[in-house]
Amino acid sequence: MARVKLDNYVVPDAPRLGARGWLRWIWRQVTSMRVALILLLLLALASIPGSVLPQWPQDAAATRAFLAEYPFWGPVLDATGFLDVFGSAWFTAIYVLLFASLIGCIAPRAVHHWRELRRPIAATPRTLARYDGAGPETASSTPDEALAAARAALRPRAGRLGALTGYRVRVDRREDGSLALAAETGHVRELGNLVFHASLVLVLVAVAYGTLFTYRGQAIVVEGRSFTNAVVAYDTFSSGALFDPSDLDPFTLRLDSLDASFSDTGRPLHFQANVTFTEPGEDPVEETIAVNHPLEAGDAKVYLQGNGYAPVITVHDAAGEVAFSGPVVFLAQDAAYTSTGVVKVPDVSTGEQLGFKATLYPSFVEGPFAVGSVHPDPANPVIEMLVYTGDLGLDAGVPQNVYTLDESQLSPVQDADGQPVTLRLALGETVELPDGLGSVTFEELPRYGAFDLRADPSLPFLLVAALLTLAGLATSLFASRRKVWLIARVEDGTTVVTGAAYAPAHDAGVGAVLERAMAAAAGRDPAPAAGETEQA
Amino acid sequence: MNTTDLSVMALGGATVLYAIAMVAYAIRLARVADDKVAAKAAVREPVAAGGVSPAEAVGSAPAVPAASSPGAKARKAAGIARSTTLVGALLHAVGLTARGIDAGHVPWSNMYEYTISGSFFAVLAFLIIQRKRDVAYLGAGVTGIATVSLGLALTVLYKDVDTLPPALQSYWLVIHVSIATIVTGIFAVSFIASALQLMRDSRDTGRRWTGDRVRWLDAVPSAANLEALSFRLNAVGFVLWTFTVMAGAIWAEHAWGRYWGWDPKEVWSFVIWVLYAAYLHARTTQGWAGRRSAWLAIAGFTALIMNFTVVNLFFQGLHTYAGS
Ligand code: HEM
Repeated sequence: MARVKLDNYVVPDAPRLGARGWLRWIWRQVTSMRVALILLLLLALASIPGSVLPQWPQDAAATRAFLAEYPFWGPVLDATGFLDVFGSAWFTAIYVLLFASLIGCIAPRAVHHWRELRRPIAATPRTLARYDGAGPETASSTPDEALAAARAALRPRAGRLGALTGYRVRVDRREDGSLALAAETGHVRELGNLVFHASLVLVLVAVAYGTLFTYRGQAIVVEGRSFTNAVVAYDTFSSGALFDPSDLDPFTLRLDSLDASFSDTGRPLHFQANVTFTEPGEDPVEETIAVNHPLEAGDAKVYLQGNGYAPVITVHDAAGEVAFSGPVVFLAQDAAYTSTGVVKVPDVSTGEQLGFKATLYPSFVEGPFAVGSVHPDPANPVIEMLVYTGDLGLDAGVPQNVYTLDESQLSPVQDADGQPVTLRLALGETVELPDGLGSVTFEELPRYGAFDLRADPSLPFLLVAALLTLAGLATSLFASRRKVWLIARVEDGTTVVTGAAYAPAHDAGVGAVLERAMAAAAGRDPAPAAGETEQA
Repeated sequence: MNTTDLSVMALGGATVLYAIAMVAYAIRLARVADDKVAAKAAVREPVAAGGVSPAEAVGSAPAVPAASSPGAKARKAAGIARSTTLVGALLHAVGLTARGIDAGHVPWSNMYEYTISGSFFAVLAFLIIQRKRDVAYLGAGVTGIATVSLGLALTVLYKDVDTLPPALQSYWLVIHVSIATIVTGIFAVSFIASALQLMRDSRDTGRRWTGDRVRWLDAVPSAANLEALSFRLNAVGFVLWTFTVMAGAIWAEHAWGRYWGWDPKEVWSFVIWVLYAAYLHARTTQGWAGRRSAWLAIAGFTALIMNFTVVNLFFQGLHTYAGS
């Protein structure tokens, strides 16, 4: 490294800062309150694009659409992390620095606080003129008795815990013959502050731990079917870096029925999956899973995330053989559950492969210009479909989306006028395909449930850390930090007491404490707490 | 009259009363400021007139209220303001309760309901503080905010009662959203205190707001007192907001299977939290205490309002039911 002359700006003639000196200087800056403040502001600012721009982890489809719409700015924003703000290098840098600052800040303060707790409190200042005072007042007792009474009124508690939560008091006989009492409270506030900041670190550690060990899978299960908890059984599965697939409990879940109720206007009222849950070696148990009511399955939870229709469709090919039969998952496109789905029939005994692009209308109505569904309940289920022949492209080995048809090697079946043929089937109906291609039957209309399974071993730790954060914060903000001083001296044979108190500006209660101590010293009843008047 | 009409009429009545209270509080502030000027003049006058006793000076100056009734006009305005606010709050409570009974669930499940309950909690927070200390100078701001929010709610945001969507059918709706709504009320009051603090500070230092038309600023407490008040409110608000965010995370874990997903609503809750944390730090940072920290509190409240309005209406996310 080239030797640059780097001077300490504070002391012009200071010797050059070596590498260690610079490191120390940088560290002191990083752990300063001002830098912490600036980092907090940066953190707030940096989060905002994450709510304005589409984000990959939250909505990949919207992000892709955004990239397509803005061919210049899209890739620029993508490359600079703006489409994944909370995983971007700059966002990470801000919070890592902030937490470095946090640790560098609280560690020395914790040591300091520990020493402070064991050290005697500071003596009463020589004069109280600088503070909000009370008195002078005369007392009929001796200075010792007066201050003993004041001390009792402040109710100091013994022991370290007492030092933490109550007043700590010291009484000194001073050179001028007066007796001075100093009382202090506020350690619990500092402790709360330390607990709060330390718990923030715990929260971060718990989150990181969870990220490493969590797993999450999505599976769609049709009524009457079962699902086994294994990585291969999921439609999508993601997990943390240290997750071990053999950790999955091999339970099975059978969807007995899915209840979906809607108001007359089609507003969703309630969704509930009735399932039979079987853990290996255990008897099957009947359970329900609903929105806001997940099922606990081992260390994981199973959530009902969605539902829809999976019409059972049977296709006979030109030879009259059953080429396809089974439920096909349709995705709801609107509030009335108008749903779309795709049937792929690769295994025809003769001729070309068949494909269907279908739309399901649960409560079908036909208007003069359009058709539609008026309600999500299956009052009059009708499927309309377009038929394609050709090559489905399944043999290329590329995994295909089951909800879309790759039309590149398919052509729609047309009628005599060259228009694509639209088939319409009501529930239970069979319709012949054109050109003798076979027939298609709409057999049944079961519902399906879309389930999310998720395990995160960090949750209990996270909860504890969060509760500690909250407790520390409340203590730190609501506990008071006060100092009260009384000086008693003998003037012309009578005891005269003066007092003063010090607390942050927002603490309006300190006056009452001073008054209580003064009243005890003077041997009178405390004045009723004067209504705090903020206004002149 | 059915419950729906009762709710709407009570809320309409509350709006009108708050508007009256706002005017009365504003008049009171102006009168208190006038009285202060007059009192100063009354003290100065004897010197100028050369030995006239203060009592005579008061008697000879018609603009100055009689010594026996200092601030009579201010007190009258304050009385009107106080009683209209109280009755307004009662009607407001009736309107909220009727809405809750009508809907069959807690009245904070969409924007119309947040707005009518959030403004209620702002007025309630004000009334509670008012019991312990004289904060009548906040009255115009609080009733002003309540008037505008209720007015907007009834005219623009109004929605007929409806059943709760499945996502909201949870006791967490009571815990999480009620605290969030209460915090909004508390932060609204402290926002007014911070705004007054900045204006008063500017006036005292001769920067802005120096004209005679804002003489009422002399009738609000000193900037330091306003800062102390807004800190106490912000401290309560911040603890409750921390709780709100945590409760929201627990609910999200319960409903969606993840406790945090950077959904727009979550992003903004986080931004609000960080801004108020920055405010708390700024108070104890050299060069940031006072004006700058007050600006941070205002930024925090602005973000809070954003979260209730822009984020609900325009940003896509799991919380979209809120906008409906
Ligand atoms: C994750 C980042 C941080 C957050 C969210 C945070 C939050 C807070 C909050 C809410 C308070 C007010 C409550 C209380 O008094 O305990 C506070 C106070 C405080 N923080 Fe932090 N803090 C962070 C980082 C830091 C850092 C890096 C430092 C050191 C440079 C620091 C030093 C302090 C100090 C000294 C106080 C007490 C201020 C007082 O006397 O009122 N904090 N912090």
